[in-house]
Amino acid sequence: MTVQPPIAMLAELTHRCPLACPYCSNPLALVQKDRELPTEVWADVFRQAADMGVLQLHLSGGEPAARPDLVALTQAAREAGLYVNLITSGIGLTPRRIGQLEDAGLDHIQLSLQGTNAELADWIGGYNGGFDRKMQVADEIKARGIPLTLNAVMHRHNLDDLDRTFDMALEMGARRLEVACVQFHGWATQNRGMLLPTRAQTAATKRKVAEAAKRLQGILAIDFVPPDYYAEYPKACMGGWGTAGLNVTPEGKVLPCHAAETIPHLQFDTVTDRPLAEIWYNSAAFNAYRGTDWLPEPCQSCDRKEVDFGGCRCQALALAGDANATDPVCRHAPGRGQVDALLAAAEADETTAFTYRRVAAT
Amino acid sequence: MTLELAMEDTPVLPRGVRLHQDRVRGGWVLLGPEKAVALDAIGTAILSRVDGQTDLAALVADLAATYDAPEAQIAQDVQRFLVGLRARMFLTVSA
Repeated sequence: MTVQPPIAMLAELTHRCPLACPYCSNPLALVQKDRELPTEVWADVFRQAADMGVLQLHLSGGEPAARPDLVALTQAAREAGLYVNLITSGIGLTPRRIGQLEDAGLDHIQLSLQGTNAELADWIGGYNGGFDRKMQVADEIKARGIPLTLNAVMHRHNLDDLDRTFDMALEMGARRLEVACVQFHGWATQNRGMLLPTRAQTAATKRKVAEAAKRLQGILAIDFVPPDYYAEYPKACMGGWGTAGLNVTPEGKVLPCHAAETIPHLQFDTVTDRPLAEIWYNSAAFNAYRGTDWLPEPCQSCDRKEVDFGGCRCQALALAGDANATDPVCRHAPGRGQVDALLAAAEADETTAFTYRRVAAT
Repeated sequence: MTLELAMEDTPVLPRGVRLHQDRVRGGWVLLGPEKAVALDAIGTAILSRVDGQTDLAALVADLAATYDAPEAQIAQDVQRFLVGLRARMFLTVSA
């Protein structure tokens, strides 16, 4: 197969974050501050990315605002010709800093929403006062007219507030709302019983999103990421392994997706050891699950194989114990029973406390 | 609200949405929040005329003259293209 250049790069600038969301997509083993790439290495990675065809850069974390050089990084990315999106909780963004980011050419902000009120949001985020500070940041973004997406991460404890979430997106002047149901990788797997929505919540959510998308057309674009355990077919993770996007971790490891490091037989190259283009086109890890030749049955003879590429490799590993298996979410997967068992277990789960995402004491 | 534009509407690319020359793949792309839309020759011809000043009627007339095509056909193609962008909030309208 011919490998196409990547379109998007997610730069996890740091794993540091004041919040402790129990569904964080960062790995359980968080990178410490002293391992983070310095400014000039990131700036070089941005230039390499643009040279190989990346168009969209997502500055993420952890909380990217925890990096003192965020303005310089934004400027370097714009100078490289990239469209720069900041994925943030808002914590650490003062009005002055937002002004500096604007001057540096920041194109767009994606602001996360943990809950629709302080009590709920601060419980979920594990950070008192976080909601109020986020609302101040949202006011500042709106006053400046910076293009905004509100990213509402949804699960059992906040899905019933969906109507209020739509209203908040409108009040903030967001042009786009992402209703992103928690996906079970990383920290979310430690909180499955607390986070998995019920079947009734999932059905209500689909209906409400469809209604709102119609009612608000031309005012607010709504994207919906359903909880895939309830789906019949798996999602084409990242649009296919090594197809459209890549992630770079705080210490410079280049991954096909957030969770890829959980696959123990893959070795990932680092930007300080190899050029980015060489990693994308030639590394064993990026070529491991590209295309469809590697697919097992029942995928190989399935007419959806070019649609979902067998689903998510990390989920296959986590649930079926084999990264080469069909994603167990698929109704045809030998491992589907495992997903149904998890759904039943979550329904009966009586846990009332989150396991928060925090750096392990060293 | 309807996404269809009236002939006297002026289409506008809002802040955060911009045309970008793709030096790796060739041609132009429309970059917006978390999305890159590859443009074919027709899309490029339309969006290169979206300058925040030109209304839909003038834009269609210009395209019809440039490509020597019937205005009704052009209007239909342009409408379909712009409605798709408006649904994604990649295009706004000033009356």
